Amino acid sequence: MTDIKITIIDRDGVSHEIDAPTDMNMNLMEVVRSYELAPEGTIGICGGMAMCASCQCYVESDHDLPEMSDDEEAMLSEAFNVRDNSRLGCQLHISEDMDGLKVELAPEDL
Amino acid sequence: MIKTDILIIGAGPTGLFAVFEAGLLKLKCHLIDALPQAGGQCAEIYPKKPIYDIPGFPEVLAGDLVDNLMEQIKSFQPGFTLGERAETIEKLEDGSFVVTTNKGTKHNAPVIAIAGGLGSFEPRKPLLDNLSKFEDRGIAYMIKDPEVYRDKKVVIAGGGDSALDWSIFLADVASQVTLVHRRNEFRGALDSVEKVQELKNQGKLNLITPAEIIALNGDDKLESVLIRKISDAKEEMVLEVDDFIPLFGLSPKLGPIGDWGLEIEKNAIKVDTFDYQTNIPGIYAIGDVNTYPGKLKLILCGFHEATLMCQSAFQKIHPDKKYVMKYTTVGGVNGFDGTKKEAPKAVVKKIE
Repeated sequence: MTDIKITIIDRDGVSHEIDAPTDMNMNLMEVVRSYELAPEGTIGICGGMAMCASCQCYVESDHDLPEMSDDEEAMLSEAFNVRDNSRLGCQLHISEDMDGLKVELAPEDL
Repeated sequence: MIKTDILIIGAGPTGLFAVFEAGLLKLKCHLIDALPQAGGQCAEIYPKKPIYDIPGFPEVLAGDLVDNLMEQIKSFQPGFTLGERAETIEKLEDGSFVVTTNKGTKHNAPVIAIAGGLGSFEPRKPLLDNLSKFEDRGIAYMIKDPEVYRDKKVVIAGGGDSALDWSIFLADVASQVTLVHRRNEFRGALDSVEKVQELKNQGKLNLITPAEIIALNGDDKLESVLIRKISDAKEEMVLEVDDFIPLFGLSPKLGPIGDWGLEIEKNAIKVDTFDYQTNIPGIYAIGDVNTYPGKLKLILCGFHEATLMCQSAFQKIHPDKKYVMKYTTVGGVNGFDGTKKEAPKAVVKKIE
């Protein structure tokens, strides 16, 4: 089994249940882009270096996700619309224990 | 009016390399960039990050790549208009274009190459009511002239290098400096963090952490801000200030180029992959700013696009000139400054 199910609520509130590969070295931001659930140029602007907050999302399910790195924590401390369950999608590496994960994309950082 | 052959908008790696390829064809270039230095994202966002997919460089720091490109194009003497954003474009009767920046600098060229990457970097603005009301009436997102803050009460928000560096600098200029940040930790250079700590200990700087500014007050101009501590108590305080400088970094925007009548798709400019020309003849788009079937936003692809763009630009500028591409190993590099680089001649010596 190399695919897991993830539910992503896009910025218009529409829910998508998608298959995410665990064997392609992908992160959540890249999965969102691969399914084009947010327009190009509005997500993953820095390319996944935790240097912008365009891939911010709110984790709705209670998965035990890897801890935030200093970079991610610092970026989220300067981002807008941040909640307690905010994470940067680019820092969430897709792995099998994320099966069933549910996230909502944060509003576009204007 | 600045006149050139190819006006390049965006001084990132793609725009810089275009200067080299144009130079080989004896075309002069001038670059406009909204940032105060050349290098684009490589210099502004990730100068210390290693890049591993530049052909021939197993590993190169983004900042070093920019330095190398600047060295490579030096002899082609490119002009730069830095710290200004290309704002409007106008087509003249002779078919050439005039591009005017937000500061009114005019540039005239027969060919425009947009190498704008993700767009021009604009300050990220906090989400506060009345924010726009106080812009230039106590709120500024960039510090252009620090003297404006002499003997003023200033509050700075942010946790990165610019927030730290300006807090340190203004501590000697303003009558009062307060730095507000959402966390106790700062992500700036270590010596900046230490300097802020020292100023705080000396009482020359107010540090309020973890806290954020949640409201702005004033009639005609900003008079005070409301600061909320991020703690269980949610303690709030009013701070009287003359100026509020939010420094939350920069975010790229396609900006005014989006209104130039170019065909846009997915926040990028559509081009023909034959020569990376846009729907407006004479205007090209190269690097991350363009899109076409199969597009990849890679620096190495930008280099390729810049090269093909220059060949087409040459035809456009010199329709009657015959030309075939020449290898640098054959033709060398003849700088506009009179320098010449070429392969050393092989020594021919008879063997007795």
